[in-house]
Amino acid sequence: MTVAADEPLVHAGARARSFGFARSASHLQALPLTLILGFFFVLPILTIIIVSFWDYDFAGIYPDFMTMNYTDTLGSWVTWKTYLNTLKYAAIVWALTLVIGFWVAYFLAFHIRSTAMQMVLFLICTVPFLTSNIIRMISWIPVLGRNGLVNSTLVQAGIVPAPIEWLLYSEFAVVLAMVHLYTLFMVTPVFNTLMRIDRSLIEAARDAGATGWQTLWNVIIPLAKPGMAIGTIFVVTLVMADFSTVQVMSGGQSASVALMMKNQMSLLQYPAAAANAVVLLVLVLMIVAGILRVVDIRKEL
Amino acid sequence: MPHEKRTLGFYVLAAFFTLFVLFLYGPLSAILILSFQGPDGGLTFPLNGVSLHWFGNLFERQAVGDFGASFTRSFLLGLMVMAVTVAVSLLAGLAFRRRFKGASALFYLSVASLVVPSIIVSLGIGVVFQQLGLKPAWYSSAFGAHLTWTLPFGVLIMFAVFNRFSPAYEEAARDLGATPWQTFRHVVLPMIAPSLIGVGLFGFTLSYDEFARTLMTAGSYNTLPLEIYGMTTNVTTPVLYALGTVTTVFSFLIILATLGCIAWLNRRRARG
Repeated sequence: MTVAADEPLVHAGARARSFGFARSASHLQALPLTLILGFFFVLPILTIIIVSFWDYDFAGIYPDFMTMNYTDTLGSWVTWKTYLNTLKYAAIVWALTLVIGFWVAYFLAFHIRSTAMQMVLFLICTVPFLTSNIIRMISWIPVLGRNGLVNSTLVQAGIVPAPIEWLLYSEFAVVLAMVHLYTLFMVTPVFNTLMRIDRSLIEAARDAGATGWQTLWNVIIPLAKPGMAIGTIFVVTLVMADFSTVQVMSGGQSASVALMMKNQMSLLQYPAAAANAVVLLVLVLMIVAGILRVVDIRKEL
Repeated sequence: MPHEKRTLGFYVLAAFFTLFVLFLYGPLSAILILSFQGPDGGLTFPLNGVSLHWFGNLFERQAVGDFGASFTRSFLLGLMVMAVTVAVSLLAGLAFRRRFKGASALFYLSVASLVVPSIIVSLGIGVVFQQLGLKPAWYSSAFGAHLTWTLPFGVLIMFAVFNRFSPAYEEAARDLGATPWQTFRHVVLPMIAPSLIGVGLFGFTLSYDEFARTLMTAGSYNTLPLEIYGMTTNVTTPVLYALGTVTTVFSFLIILATLGCIAWLNRRRARG
């Protein structure tokens, strides 16, 4: 390092330069992410919006500007029923994952005393979620099927005279499989917020004479709300987007918006599917925006 | 709070937790057992003898299509997605440490990429490729489709990591005369290495198991999850379970190897 008489000046200059450099460095570092999301996310969504106004026949799709795709889909009661059905799945699965997810996270955060044990149990919950969704879905077939484990046990024990038919290929099976697939998306964010609750708050509540339930209801649950909100975003958007669970677990007897889109896509009716995509997208973004009003994700990370 | 007596609540919740774990693993173990079904056995219990018949069946082309080739494609795709996810998320994480123009917009764009239904992304990329006259393939369009799912996870994880990262370490390194690169290479990188490995694991497994986004973007050659998805409708023998067992064991091995790697790094850091 050279020591010069005008050192402060040089320093200031260097700092100004490094400041400018830092700012362009940020842009440079963010560039790959921007490019990838730009080409593979923003451009496709814009394309879908444009194509939703196009014309199509059995041979291809043609640039046009018509609203028929929207009037066709929104004018049909099948569409409305499908949307309601999808929302029904979202509501039921959300309620179940919230209750199950909260208690699992609560047990891990407040009842397990050593950090090592906490991590081990948390990993046990996590591992199945890193394996294939479809495999986890079809793994219910030998359990719930007509001659499956549950039915044969019930029949042998004499509890039911004949196998229960609605265990598999029914709405019950769809909900069960979704809860099975998506609960971790609730457990993780709730566990994360519970772990960050200052333990002295709970002691203070107890010292002030609160019972266990009062502490839970007035201290822990309000503080866990941001985690629940993030978990809700995950679960609701995953259920709203689901087509495979509905298809496989209902055996084709139930429908969801995404499944309807998938069927249109396999018939190459891309503009019709695109119109549905736009409606679904608006619905999902409205739900997420509603939840984001309650919680600032950037603060919760 | 340590060492007070366990309450009734503990036992109730412990039982609930045990049931939850059984709920998670029970069905998986059912197909694990049934994949060893004898050659005459069916899709449900009881076991009709024990054999490796269905595993052998996996490698015959006529039984399940080309399992080996689709596995290779999924594996390579997973590695590509993993590498790009780690590098791009790390860079973006570093970028988000400073304020820059468009930072918020980019952050919410990442969140949007996470919440927009997969099938919409899949359809969009499929139509873009069609309109541009490009042929969709697992290494181009499906690769991009997977990145729109893995990158937001990676970016959010790196965002959280750097939120908790004290700049004091870097300041100390700089005061000792380290160049920015030396500071990054010898101070920052070792500290965030376990998280980076975690991001890599997410990138690989999310891609390896992804199929909603691959549906419209894989082109003429299927990835493994698409192959399995197709099998759910037309395969009625335990070969489906054998395939499930093989891919699940493979996922478990990847997870174990990653955890071992993280534990080893942590131990080395604690010692150093």
